[in-house]
Amino acid sequence: MCEKHDIVIIGGGPAGLAAAVAAYDAGVTDVVVIDREEAPGGVLRQCIHNGFGLHKLGRELTGPEYAAVYAKEAARRGIRILRETMVTALSPDRVVTACSREGILKIEAGAVILAMGCRERSRGALNISGTRPAGIFSAGTAQRLINCEGYMVGKKAVILGSGDIGLIMARRMTLEGAKVEAVCELMPYSGGLTRNIVQCLEDFDIPLYLSTTVAEIHGRQRLEGVTLISVDENRRPIPGTERYIGCDTLLLSCGLIPENELSLGAGIPLDGITGGALVDERRETEIPGIFACGNVLQVHDLVDYVSDEAELAGRSAADFVRGISPAGKTLPVFAEKGVRYCLPQRIHAGASAPVELYMRVAQPRERVKIVARSGERILAEVSRRRVAPGEMEKITLKPDALCGAEEICVSLEDL
Amino acid sequence: MKKEITCIVCPMGCRMTAEICPDGPKVTGNTCRRGVDYAVAELTAPTRTVTSTVRLSGGGSVSVKTREPIAKDKIFDLMRILRTATADAPVRIGDMILSDVFGTDIVATAEAGKEA
Repeated sequence: MCEKHDIVIIGGGPAGLAAAVAAYDAGVTDVVVIDREEAPGGVLRQCIHNGFGLHKLGRELTGPEYAAVYAKEAARRGIRILRETMVTALSPDRVVTACSREGILKIEAGAVILAMGCRERSRGALNISGTRPAGIFSAGTAQRLINCEGYMVGKKAVILGSGDIGLIMARRMTLEGAKVEAVCELMPYSGGLTRNIVQCLEDFDIPLYLSTTVAEIHGRQRLEGVTLISVDENRRPIPGTERYIGCDTLLLSCGLIPENELSLGAGIPLDGITGGALVDERRETEIPGIFACGNVLQVHDLVDYVSDEAELAGRSAADFVRGISPAGKTLPVFAEKGVRYCLPQRIHAGASAPVELYMRVAQPRERVKIVARSGERILAEVSRRRVAPGEMEKITLKPDALCGAEEICVSLEDL
Repeated sequence: MKKEITCIVCPMGCRMTAEICPDGPKVTGNTCRRGVDYAVAELTAPTRTVTSTVRLSGGGSVSVKTREPIAKDKIFDLMRILRTATADAPVRIGDMILSDVFGTDIVATAEAGKEA
């Protein structure tokens, strides 16, 4: 059996839902969202803390509330969401294969939007030595167990990684009665938002050890403790700095990996830094008619920006279905001095709307400007009193700035 | 009493030193007016929105929040109350789960039960 739909969206989290609503509102109403969970909302369903929606909706919501806003908008438009349905393959000519309790489903899509999100880096990927006891969780797994399944994961915890999920879980574990002994961060600075360092760690006197990692895991049945070790500026362990902390739980918050197995299967080229697809300013991948948005494209700090990006992808997919294609040649975008990556990786010179370039800096800096150049010509620049890898930056290129531009280079310079 | 406060009003994250003196609050290290307001609130009456979960009588749980921020030093008292509280499904977003605790209400932040 093969159905045909104008737009198929893979993933029903914040990106997928916002993309669906935007595509529908752009005039393409035959939109199907495929999600593997029992209800839409993606990771927001387990993010019960607040702080979502300040930029996008002008109010502070919890994760489930933010997801519900978009789920309601999708439902109001009658957008079909296939639940408990897992996409198993995507072909470059946009045939989506999925399976559910009803069996295998094939859909020929006019356009596809990738919105699969991320998964967490695991202990195996981190190569932490020691035994293999129970009590080691990725922070997001612990979050799901505590917030959705109602299981407390432990009583005395160490958290490795100071990304936002790790910080949020330090507070959540503490509120639920556990003692969080420490949050350790390999880098000399935290990867999380300042707001989370203050409200999740400082509020509860949880120490944050920078330039520190877990050297060894101890315990046979259940985790009994971890050995921490300081690292030098090259992230190499410093012998003699080992110290033992007894704990029954270790949470790992060591980075998110965009879930791009389907994209690779379709032959979509990925960016080596972001782990997401290479896209143009409309969020189209290098395969025509396949778009990407949200954390599967680049890991965002705030869901508000995921929604923005997804709406852009949704509108672009609608344009593609209606045969509207971008004008002008494509200009490559390069991240240079001090900028780790820049997205989109290419821009059409004929872009009619302003193009926002999103980027992360390589390390924390003060008093800098972000400059986009084409050759010697400055296309745009903004100054920042402080930048950090944990806070995504953006710079806006006006359409007339693109006129006559060749390749575009973005760099970080002293003020 | 002097206190080190990291401002969270914007991503700048200014490290401020704040003190309540007889002639009013004294804040240094801030780069804008909003930092002063935040520092004074943190020194005099810090508040936080608390989010957690509450058991459903028929099994499972539903996520909740304080409708308004509560005094920071009441967070653990509130957690003790939430630990024994239960709600009956179905629950819709915004439904009141507990009323008048530490000056605010506890409301559901997710749907639970049949009607979801």
